[in-house]
Amino acid sequence: MSGTAHKSSEEKSSKQVKPAELSGGDSKATLEELDTVTIRFAGDSGDGMQLTGTQFTNTSAIIGNDIATFPDFPAEIRAPAGSLPGVSGFQINFSSHDVRTPGDVPNVLVAMNPAALKVHLHDLEKNGILILNTDAFTEVNLKKASYKSNPLKDGTLSSYRLFEVPITALNGEALKDLPLSKKEMDRCKNFFALGLMYWMYSRTMDPTLKWIESKFGKKPDIAEANRRALKAGYNFGETTEMFSHHFNVPQAKLTPGTYRQVTGNQALALGLVAGAQFARKSLIYCSYPITPASDILHDLSALKNFDVKTIQAEDEIAAIGAAIGASFGGQLGVTGTSGPGLALKSEALGLAVMAELPLVVVNVQRAGPSTGMPTKTEQADLLQAMFGRNGECPLAILAPATPSECFFYAIESLRIATKYMCPVILLTDGFLANGAEPWAIPDIETFKKFEIKHLVDANNFQPYQRDDKTLARPWVMPGTKGLEHRIGGLEKQDITGNVSYDPENHEKMTKLRASKIERITQEIGDTVISGKSSGKVLVVGWGNTYGAITTAVERLQKEGKSVSSIHLRHLNPFPKDLEKIFSSFEKILVPEINMGQLRMLLRSKYLVDAIGYNKVQGQPMKISEVKKAIEELL
Amino acid sequence: MSAQLNLSREDFVSDQEVRWCPGCGDYAILATVQRVVPKLNIPRENFVFISGIGCSSRFPYYMNTYGFHTIHGRAMTISTGLAVSRPDLSIWVITGDGDALSIGGNHFIHCMRRNVNLNVLMFNNRIYGLTKGQYSPTSEVGKKTKSTPYGSVEQPVNAISLAMASEATFIARSFDVHTNHLGGVIQRAAEHKGMSFVEVYQNCNIFNDGAFKDITERSVRDDRVLELEHGKPMLFGAEKKKGICFENGVPRVVKIGENGVTEKDIAVHDETGENPAIAYMLSRLDYPEFPVPMGIFRNVLRPTYGEIVNEQVESVKAQKGKGDLRKLLRGTDTWEVK
Repeated sequence: MSGTAHKSSEEKSSKQVKPAELSGGDSKATLEELDTVTIRFAGDSGDGMQLTGTQFTNTSAIIGNDIATFPDFPAEIRAPAGSLPGVSGFQINFSSHDVRTPGDVPNVLVAMNPAALKVHLHDLEKNGILILNTDAFTEVNLKKASYKSNPLKDGTLSSYRLFEVPITALNGEALKDLPLSKKEMDRCKNFFALGLMYWMYSRTMDPTLKWIESKFGKKPDIAEANRRALKAGYNFGETTEMFSHHFNVPQAKLTPGTYRQVTGNQALALGLVAGAQFARKSLIYCSYPITPASDILHDLSALKNFDVKTIQAEDEIAAIGAAIGASFGGQLGVTGTSGPGLALKSEALGLAVMAELPLVVVNVQRAGPSTGMPTKTEQADLLQAMFGRNGECPLAILAPATPSECFFYAIESLRIATKYMCPVILLTDGFLANGAEPWAIPDIETFKKFEIKHLVDANNFQPYQRDDKTLARPWVMPGTKGLEHRIGGLEKQDITGNVSYDPENHEKMTKLRASKIERITQEIGDTVISGKSSGKVLVVGWGNTYGAITTAVERLQKEGKSVSSIHLRHLNPFPKDLEKIFSSFEKILVPEINMGQLRMLLRSKYLVDAIGYNKVQGQPMKISEVKKAIEELL
Repeated sequence: MSAQLNLSREDFVSDQEVRWCPGCGDYAILATVQRVVPKLNIPRENFVFISGIGCSSRFPYYMNTYGFHTIHGRAMTISTGLAVSRPDLSIWVITGDGDALSIGGNHFIHCMRRNVNLNVLMFNNRIYGLTKGQYSPTSEVGKKTKSTPYGSVEQPVNAISLAMASEATFIARSFDVHTNHLGGVIQRAAEHKGMSFVEVYQNCNIFNDGAFKDITERSVRDDRVLELEHGKPMLFGAEKKKGICFENGVPRVVKIGENGVTEKDIAVHDETGENPAIAYMLSRLDYPEFPVPMGIFRNVLRPTYGEIVNEQVESVKAQKGKGDLRKLLRGTDTWEVK
């Protein structure tokens, strides 16, 4: 896929299309068709690279490519301009076929300054396209990027197809008669770069022009400046003789349907809203701002007409407390956070386990420990989710594998929490949260409504009487006459729920709470095996490694290798067929962006000699890395 | 008002054996609450008592209503969520000086400023009782306890001042041994819409016996307690001859008949004053320089948190129409694949 598809024209046989047929313009460049391209935009964190990447993504999605994205930005909102820590990147992989990762190796790097070049050049494929804003290669900026000599002149870039574009000057020229300051004009230069890339990859400018109108409609000068910058970049590509080729990536053959682009956080927020509607309940989302989970709070706070109430609490503990209070009141209490916040919520999670109330806790994982690397991804909170509380304190853990799956697992977590009267931790991560993909919009009619019953019959009522099938206790809404009762964090007597220090009762209740969570296996379908159901190597993954693992495994299968994969979405309890699946393979490989947390759980539960492939760099896993790890076991 | 429910104290007594130490001030507070709540004409099933951790926090088990004995310091967070999800309920928070002001101090501030519609009864015994006698955030400087054998070196916090600074809309103080006064204050707190904070001086006869006896003993009470009454001059003493006046904004104790002081010179209590400055000043009065004010310091109206949150939902619905999930999932940019 990426990394192989976008070779220079000399070595790639590709369909040649006359430029006039597509662009109708004056371009002398040859139009070449490609099936997959990975572009990385990089610049200062104030350069608007995330916006540039998002616009390119939207447009590519709308014209029908399959896409996967990887925004990679610093935690500093505005690190010193031109500095290495201030570099912000956005990678997009767009294709005429199915893509599951943002691409291992960029084919194109657009670098807006020397720091961006320095940080990202080593990732660019050899002979890849390198577009530089030469205006930013001043002595001061070179120094800030720790360049001892100018890379434009010292041969550093000789193994790339370098295009030196004075972006700042060309942009300034296009905007010169507008009543704007130089600073305001310069702020548009990202759209010049975007326009150039639109020309180079034969994209329409319409979606971005529409966006400019909706965003800056009330500031006509700014709108005009952005429009001009975009068009100037596009026209520069078309008229300059710098480029001998430009490219087209045709529509992907996706399953028919209506599509939109969605990130993991967006999908998760939508899933919570949908789940609450299926449950015929108000959603009460309580959260404290934390990267990378805050977008869920932002999205939900705008959806009040969907009966969504949001509470921005004073801290993480208050957020989960309020969510528990909402659930106690008979509505759907949900709290969202990232790793450090989950740590703060531990005690209250124990209360929800003890009180046996429904609760969903979203943990958008980030690189830890402590503050760690807030904007970087990691999967290192699995054991925290599993064990990070005092006492024997089991709860359900779900983990979507792709941005769009966040929608389905948000619904599923609400369903399980209300059906089993237990907390559910939904583990996503920064990569899923901010990464985007096309999403075939599901038909909501195909979803089952939840069957939530609140007990109202006062006959023989006992607060801890359990349902035979789920072991759930009744969910009684305060305000129900005759069912007044008290619950709390002290150990409960079986059935009555009265406070009890009886030794045997405590053991019985401990086991009951565990059995209830174990019963959730009833909700889990058969595990899907990608590939044959027996063989040499089974790759077991969870969460955001799905794309890299599945693609690596498919490539090896095409090479005739005996490898299959499964991807777990239920991490507690596990699906019941895992033991049988494991016994059909000689070796088990567990790639994770942590030091081996799922591997530890699998080894202890199934006594299998699972082997880890572990990467903790705050970066998503690459296809090539997983492929190599598998090859070592074959 | 709906039809009379004719509830009585017995309706609010649960089947659980009360397990506070014999002689604890909590008994009197429990009995007073059980005496007051039937008068509110609220169906029993609409009462919820929520507590944190500590001796006082056992309270919900003894009330035959809905109850939730939660975790240390967090009762106000859980109550906030409940108040938003169920504005129809009468929610009571039972907490202590450690629970509310120490581990729960952050929630105290934010719950007050949000004006969540709760009745918060904070039992202040100036000691940690359940953990067997460590100093609390309201213990006085120099207090010798198990964890301060040489005396506490910390400045205590004044709960009424803190509530005032945190923008609570109803702030009052009473004490366990004067159940008539306590009952009156609790009833007014319950009737107030919004955050009602009541500090109750409560004697812990095991770990801090007599903490308030210099003020609350019947023999000295008249001279050392100032009962605040809205619209009335701040008089105290058995003969009501002593009073508080403000000279250049500074409070002073004066005697009627001495130095030409007449009743007209005595400051009149206004619990509804827009400016909280005088109420704040009253919160600083303390024995022995001054009598300790009891009663309602402040009583103002502001929309409650639950109301505003729910009104915003309704107004957005009215503005945008009820949310259409199908449209929401489509978002703004879609494309068709055929």
